[in-house]
Amino acid sequence: MFDDPKVALHCECIDKIYPGTKALDNVSFDVLRGKVNVLIGENGAGKSTLMKIIAGIEQPSNGKMYMDGKEVSFKNTTEAQAKGIGIIHQELSLFPNLTVAQNIFMNHEKTNGLFVDNAYHTEGSKKVLKRLQHQMNTNSLVGDLRVGQQQMVEIARNLVNEDLKILIMDEPTSSLSQQEVKVLFTIMRELTASGISIVYISHRLEEIMEIGDHVTVLRDGKYVNDADVKDIPLSWIVTNMVGQNKSYTRTPRAIDLNQQPVALKVEHMFLPKQGGGWLLNDVSFEVKKGEIFGIYGLLGAGRSELMECLMGLRPEHTGDVYLNGEKIKIKNTAQQIERGMAIVPEDRQGTGLVQTLDIEKNSSLSNLKKYVKGILLSKQAEDKDVDRIIKDIHIKVADKTLPILSLSGGNQQKVVIGKCLLTDPQILLMDEPSRGIDIGAKTEVFDIIHEYADQGLTILVVSSELKEIMNIADRIMVLSNGIKTAEFEGSDSLTEDDLVLASYAGHHVDAALE
Amino acid sequence: MKKQLDKNTVMMALLKGRTFIVLAILVILFGILSPNFVSVATLKMVTKHVALYGILAIGMTYVIITSGIDLSVGSVVGLAGMIAGGLIQEGLTIGGSTLYFSVPVVVLIVLIMGCLIGWANGLIITKLSVAPFIATLGTMYICRGLANIRSGGNTFSSITGYEGLGNQGFKALGSSVAGIPIGAILLIALSLIAAVALRKTTFGWHLYAVGGNERAAKMSGIKSDRIKIYAYVISGICAALVGMINTAQLAAAHPASGDGWEMNAIAASVLGGTSMAGGIGTIGGTFIGAFVIGVLNDGMTMCGVSEFWQKVIKGAVIILAVVIDQFQRNLQAKMALQVRNENK
Repeated sequence: MFDDPKVALHCECIDKIYPGTKALDNVSFDVLRGKVNVLIGENGAGKSTLMKIIAGIEQPSNGKMYMDGKEVSFKNTTEAQAKGIGIIHQELSLFPNLTVAQNIFMNHEKTNGLFVDNAYHTEGSKKVLKRLQHQMNTNSLVGDLRVGQQQMVEIARNLVNEDLKILIMDEPTSSLSQQEVKVLFTIMRELTASGISIVYISHRLEEIMEIGDHVTVLRDGKYVNDADVKDIPLSWIVTNMVGQNKSYTRTPRAIDLNQQPVALKVEHMFLPKQGGGWLLNDVSFEVKKGEIFGIYGLLGAGRSELMECLMGLRPEHTGDVYLNGEKIKIKNTAQQIERGMAIVPEDRQGTGLVQTLDIEKNSSLSNLKKYVKGILLSKQAEDKDVDRIIKDIHIKVADKTLPILSLSGGNQQKVVIGKCLLTDPQILLMDEPSRGIDIGAKTEVFDIIHEYADQGLTILVVSSELKEIMNIADRIMVLSNGIKTAEFEGSDSLTEDDLVLASYAGHHVDAALE
Repeated sequence: MKKQLDKNTVMMALLKGRTFIVLAILVILFGILSPNFVSVATLKMVTKHVALYGILAIGMTYVIITSGIDLSVGSVVGLAGMIAGGLIQEGLTIGGSTLYFSVPVVVLIVLIMGCLIGWANGLIITKLSVAPFIATLGTMYICRGLANIRSGGNTFSSITGYEGLGNQGFKALGSSVAGIPIGAILLIALSLIAAVALRKTTFGWHLYAVGGNERAAKMSGIKSDRIKIYAYVISGICAALVGMINTAQLAAAHPASGDGWEMNAIAASVLGGTSMAGGIGTIGGTFIGAFVIGVLNDGMTMCGVSEFWQKVIKGAVIILAVVIDQFQRNLQAKMALQVRNENK
């Protein structure tokens, strides 16, 4: 039994298990009444999952929730709404084909007997938008609105619930302009003043310091720490988010990079964005054989897009790419793999693994052609190769014919890496290779990177974790808004501030242009 | 924990062999209900029918493994029969002179036609991004229409060929060797080839990968469009072959032949454990699945079950099969998680 008048909602020991991952591990969390409760953590820390559980979108595998001293559980969003819980999603969940008023009253329709009361809807929408200081034509289609306005509609939708007690905001500012963020913060203050509790998720640390009252840090699905924002400096959040124990210390390289030839050179890479602008804007760099080249940037900076261009997934890019001094024309992924490139994609479940295949086939998938004897596959050749890679990179496998999902996240990731290494690549692209895996596995992944780089494998590694990339990379390129804003030698004197500053720099360029 | 795992393992073995168990039960059941059922004559009749569904189901299984569907096969059966029958009975008239082809050439022409239809299906699906259901629904109507157009809706009833023209012998496709129908021999041979190709060649595993997770397959350097097109080509060729066997068995080509057979092929695949979501399925399973469908059809007819009730029962069996399939997958996921937790 839990009862504390200061707490609007209490989550106790929540677990959430997905096939393949444990997204939440014994997390307890309090939503303080009338406060802006900030939830923070890196990607895959479990913030969004926790929010979905509170909002009734997902159900916990274990654990309880209490409101006003009573245990509650939500089978769906309607039940959560009935208890006064609303959510604003990271990706807007509006109906672009319907009007503002229809969106605001979706599933809260007032009817006159059989028919919807449109006049009431229009009136109600106007009232709630006025409260948000954002009047607009309630009959216009939501699809025609600017993103900032759509965000307001999304908030308004939640406010029509008269007994709104808790409003969850999952990265609401990611698509807003500076001006709109200011308005949003004013509204948030008004809401909390009227007793509504806000749960706020954001990656932007400075915003959290400005608007947050209480901050809770999650990491790898576990609770780490919590504190009142007024009591802590910004560095407290970073330290807790990243964690101390997992920092990977710099190891000296066995090869002298100055003696090495250039393995990959990219000149003036452009990638157009749909609807104007650039995803990659004149990016040039070169990487030496055996070098670990880090690419840092915020979400949407163009990191993954750069890798996709190099792997032939974005044929619309322009610019020159030289492999071992030879200019290449990138057509498709199969050809790039033949040329000696391989990628460990960011989204392990979505693009890394074939869940219906076993561990062995997931490992050998890119390399099957090499095992063909006559017209049939040679099981011995395949077994031998897969056994070798399992041993080389220490994949913990009891039986390689088991389904791939019987492995832990870290070992699944090692299978993806193993698949790439089996193709005997010259250049390995790794997009967030340590995402969603536990600390032990992370260290092992970094060991693999180091070991193979020392053997002459060129590695491009994308990471959004500062400490990680600073310690692993020989050189770091920073992308911001598709622009290369800086390039640093990896050294002990390099600071996190250098990287963070550079990761914003591309946006200032953009603002200046506007 | 250990005991639980063992129980699951036994359950799993039962589930995996379920199609075979069902087949055995059906044979015993019909054997009791109809004393004539267990006989060489029945076996011959059933295999003759199963050969048709079975060969279609091989191609269908390939397509479904890529998470596609091929609704056009039934119509291709009809069209192939009409083209073959027409070429033998009427020949090909170009500019006033009529050409007659020998039987092997006729067979080759029809197989190429099946290949082209499959290729068209594949191109429409991959290059024009049309959903497989819609694309093959379209070609289904087109092929059925063409089959009727070929003869104005009439039957070609003299496919024996003409002595002087050297195009006799087409009917051999419908005959038997040492008492075994040619169709059944072809079914067994093709099943073996298809099973080996699926499990022992690069192409086979690429099919599984594309159906299991197309994006991951692409990232691994697999040309997924090409793999999918091949699957539809194989399905088209299978359908063309079935069309000819069917015509030879009946000694006549009728434009409505094969109507609805795509459903039998899908049912055989699904009964055999092929997942409509793609990435899962075996030819062995499909082979047994085809026999379940065949035994069910002929057994019910022999027991005097009305044609209307036959459909009801067949439908129920298919739904039941998929429900059990779902159950198996859930159990499999549970066992995988168990292994994972134990390793921790």
